Amino acid sequence: MDDLIVEFLTETNEGLAALDLDMVRLEQNPNDKELISSIFRLMHTIKGTCGFLGLPRLETVAHRAENVMGRFRDGDLKVTPAYVTLIFESFDRIKYIVGELEAAGAEPQGDDSELIAKLDAVYEGRDGNTDNTKDGSASDGKEDELQALFDSTPALPQDQWHTIVTVPEDDSNEAANKMEEAPAPVAAAAPVKAAEDHTAKGSAVSEQSLRVNVDVLENLMTLVSELVLTRNQLLQILRAQKDTEFSGPLQRLNHVVSELQEGVMKTRMQPIGNAWSKLPRIIRDLSMELNKKIDLIMEGENTELDRQILDMIKDPLTHMVRNSADHGVEMPADRVKAGKPETGKVVLKAYHEGGHIIIEIADDGKGLPLAKIKEKIIKNGLATEEEVAAMSDQAIQQYIFKAGFSTAEKVTSVSGRGVGMDVVRTNIEKIGGSIVLKSVEGKGSTFFIKIPLTLAIVSALIVEAAGERFAIPQLAVRELVLASSKSSVKIETVNGTPFFRLRDQLLPLVSLKKLLNLGNDESESESRYIIVAQIGAYQFGIIVDKVFDTEEIVVKPVSRILKDIEIFSGNTILGDGSVIMILDPNGVAHAGGETDIADASSRAKAEVKLGHIQDKTALLLFKTGDGTPKAVPLSLVARLEEIATDQIENSNGQHMIQYRGQLMPLVPFDSTVDLKDAPKKPVLVFSDNTSTMGLVVSEIVDITEEIVTVQLATTGTGIIGSAIIGGKATDVVDIGHFIRATNKDWFKQHGDEAFGQASTQGRRVLLVDDSPFFRNMLTPLLKVAGYNVTTLDNPMSALEMRENGEKFDIIVSDIEMPQMNGFEFAQKVREENSRWRNIPMVALTSHATEQDMAHGMDVGFSRYIAKFDRDTLLSTLTETLVANDAAETARIAGGLQ
Amino acid sequence: MSSLAMERNDTMRGVTRDYLTIMIGDQIFGIPILQVQDVLGPQRVTRVPLAPPAVAGSLNLRGRIVTAVDVRTCLGMPPKEKDTSKHEMSVVVENQNELYSLMIDKVGDVMSLDQRDYENNPSTLDAQWRDVCQGIYRLKDRLLVVLDVPRLLESMEK
Repeated sequence: MDDLIVEFLTETNEGLAALDLDMVRLEQNPNDKELISSIFRLMHTIKGTCGFLGLPRLETVAHRAENVMGRFRDGDLKVTPAYVTLIFESFDRIKYIVGELEAAGAEPQGDDSELIAKLDAVYEGRDGNTDNTKDGSASDGKEDELQALFDSTPALPQDQWHTIVTVPEDDSNEAANKMEEAPAPVAAAAPVKAAEDHTAKGSAVSEQSLRVNVDVLENLMTLVSELVLTRNQLLQILRAQKDTEFSGPLQRLNHVVSELQEGVMKTRMQPIGNAWSKLPRIIRDLSMELNKKIDLIMEGENTELDRQILDMIKDPLTHMVRNSADHGVEMPADRVKAGKPETGKVVLKAYHEGGHIIIEIADDGKGLPLAKIKEKIIKNGLATEEEVAAMSDQAIQQYIFKAGFSTAEKVTSVSGRGVGMDVVRTNIEKIGGSIVLKSVEGKGSTFFIKIPLTLAIVSALIVEAAGERFAIPQLAVRELVLASSKSSVKIETVNGTPFFRLRDQLLPLVSLKKLLNLGNDESESESRYIIVAQIGAYQFGIIVDKVFDTEEIVVKPVSRILKDIEIFSGNTILGDGSVIMILDPNGVAHAGGETDIADASSRAKAEVKLGHIQDKTALLLFKTGDGTPKAVPLSLVARLEEIATDQIENSNGQHMIQYRGQLMPLVPFDSTVDLKDAPKKPVLVFSDNTSTMGLVVSEIVDITEEIVTVQLATTGTGIIGSAIIGGKATDVVDIGHFIRATNKDWFKQHGDEAFGQASTQGRRVLLVDDSPFFRNMLTPLLKVAGYNVTTLDNPMSALEMRENGEKFDIIVSDIEMPQMNGFEFAQKVREENSRWRNIPMVALTSHATEQDMAHGMDVGFSRYIAKFDRDTLLSTLTETLVANDAAETARIAGGLQ
Repeated sequence: MSSLAMERNDTMRGVTRDYLTIMIGDQIFGIPILQVQDVLGPQRVTRVPLAPPAVAGSLNLRGRIVTAVDVRTCLGMPPKEKDTSKHEMSVVVENQNELYSLMIDKVGDVMSLDQRDYENNPSTLDAQWRDVCQGIYRLKDRLLVVLDVPRLLESMEK
């Protein structure tokens, strides 16, 4: 049944129930104006709503009854028991029709002409009652009579006439259905009788749903919460005692309370459709305003959510749907051009998934404009060009969740002010949810919002730090690790920052004690617990002293004075009666230094990908002033030198040294490296054909060959990330950062005196490699050489780009990749009809056998290069481009002839 | 009769207000009796890390979480010596639907005080005190300071 009708029924039934009482009172106090007005109003409302809902029969009856009531109200008709009976009769008829409507979802067939005639007679004053005389002016009476005549003529619409006459043959099916649903003996033939039968039946809808004040529910919820706490308390006492006669009843109490809790929670549940109800209108208005054609499709409106959460996501949802319509869906003309149907789609979906609710907001619009976002990131100084180039598309897209970021070129009245997505994210995170974005340029964007079912009662892990207990919501806890300084499972530090190796991943750690200023984290005890928490895709560890068990806790908001402490999401009372603060994992992550969870999620993704690299990389290990180990790929280092510190000169604020007849800029790795504290200093020389740069470090340690698994979790200038090298957490250095710092012209110089004859300036290179480590390393290298580099982490995205019409001058591809390897990729690229058929391809590999090479050549690679052979890579690229240019020219020439 | 005379007559009749008296150190304070919900003996208070210094912690009062406020800190008074803390008491007040427990040294009697003995905060009163006090009653042997509870709590929010 239509929602509107259900609502109408509930409301009407309530109104009618009240009316019965009112009418009885009216009979006793015939002159109670107030009563008459209220009855009149209800009739009027029913009449109006019926007209709107398309219920002609109900409307007619209500309308006639209203007429009579109108005369009572105006005081020109005295209320007599006979009239009250007549009004009662009308009510009964209305009730009957409403009852049928409820049972069958449609108005019953039937004839009200008799009743209507009676009502009209009273209304027109021709019912024979001496009191009912129209003692107004004559003209008044005439008009009334005319009006009455007019009113009474179309009393029965033609279609109803028809039905009455042709019952039951024509409508036998329908009639039969109705009989089943409503035990009305001869619903159509004897409507009045049926009406009488049905008045007794009452209303099913109104009995099933009850309007209860929200305050009552909230109060009930609080009481149940108290009950849950008391139950916990009792259970705790029970646990301490063995063999008591209380255990049986307490167990029962436990069950009942659990069920009660569930039941009360249910009363707070509301279908998410309630939060969506305004959206169709918003979309409609928007499409008018923007001249777009947009369909809003909603699925899973009945998914139920806690009222409190519903309130909190209402605005973010509205904002996002609006965004999708405004930014996402294109103008009809553009859509047609892009080969899409003129009418855009915004799909809103809600469904349950493992104790959470997932809300999807998808549009089939233009997707996020990556180039524009990149531009904006650089313009707003959120990241450097280099960093942006090295980022995955996913990472770049996440920037829209940052404050002050809007990709709309124009601020419309709808959106584009750049406040929005960050607020959306904050609001969603506030209720313990997370938001993830997937977008394909040209195809559309989808947001996934994950939110908990309820906020009121959560399961929490009780932990202790510095003698104080805290609760951590179980939802955020992935696992517990006991770290001991004596065993191999221990906490390591880099520059005082603790880390933990969790299954070959570096887990950033925060100490709860330190975070809460509860004293220093000098571990008195040898073993400490690490709570591995996860927010979105970001994992981190919280160091605590002790872990107790989990408890169902009732989240109570913190006092106003304490609400600014972002690390707590609330407080609660434990089973033993003590108050405990509830930690907000989001707040802990923020306070612990992770400023952007969205970034982290993409990083975490990269980490997963990293699992595939099995390539060994030669690394140069060195140390800075504070002794922390650093690593740089050996292939990038031209030479290692030791310079005499007294020969260091200064020029324009830059340290220099005369080196092989040239001036070489010197950069200390960081502030911990003192250029003057020793007579000689080790320097890593990075060199190109024209430029050199020296990186001054404290100590060169070793050269090692390792399977590098870079954890892109640490941030810091000049650092790509941390990796476990030689069994130690080591920072991997981003040389590009230092090159930029010393020589801003580095890029330009290469453009001018290029390699070979082909200008590499601005040539587009597509680099496909599943490992972010190599992407991060090769990108600056290629950029330095003047190439315009696009990096992708898998061949599938590359093929997608091909479909989107992107063009490149050369493709550099890794061979060993998951899902689709380099050979398969090359085959795809070389396919008949492929737009990229003529783009030269260069294979990158770490260990190539002759067979491999032959296979590579077969499938379409032009060249084969070892991964770290920097010079060969660059010269090969140039050569290949030159060769290809020549071939292209020949082809074109051939084509012209 | 002039209005002034009427006014005097009115005050002569001695309009009184009821206050719960409390002691912090040697100073006697009054809290309007209608604001007082409870008087508590020593309680188990949970510390709240990172909270403002005047927040002593949270405690459980019959299932409601109450924020404990150290009035001494609010008034800039030195912390109490350790050994007396055994007898520490607190007065529970409600402000904007939240309960606060004001930790003080001692609770005295309820006094009905005559409005004629009341004066607004003298300007020479310490600024910190002026922020959280309403005024002063001249008792026979000493001065009673009336605490302005809502302002005291608001001052902590900042």
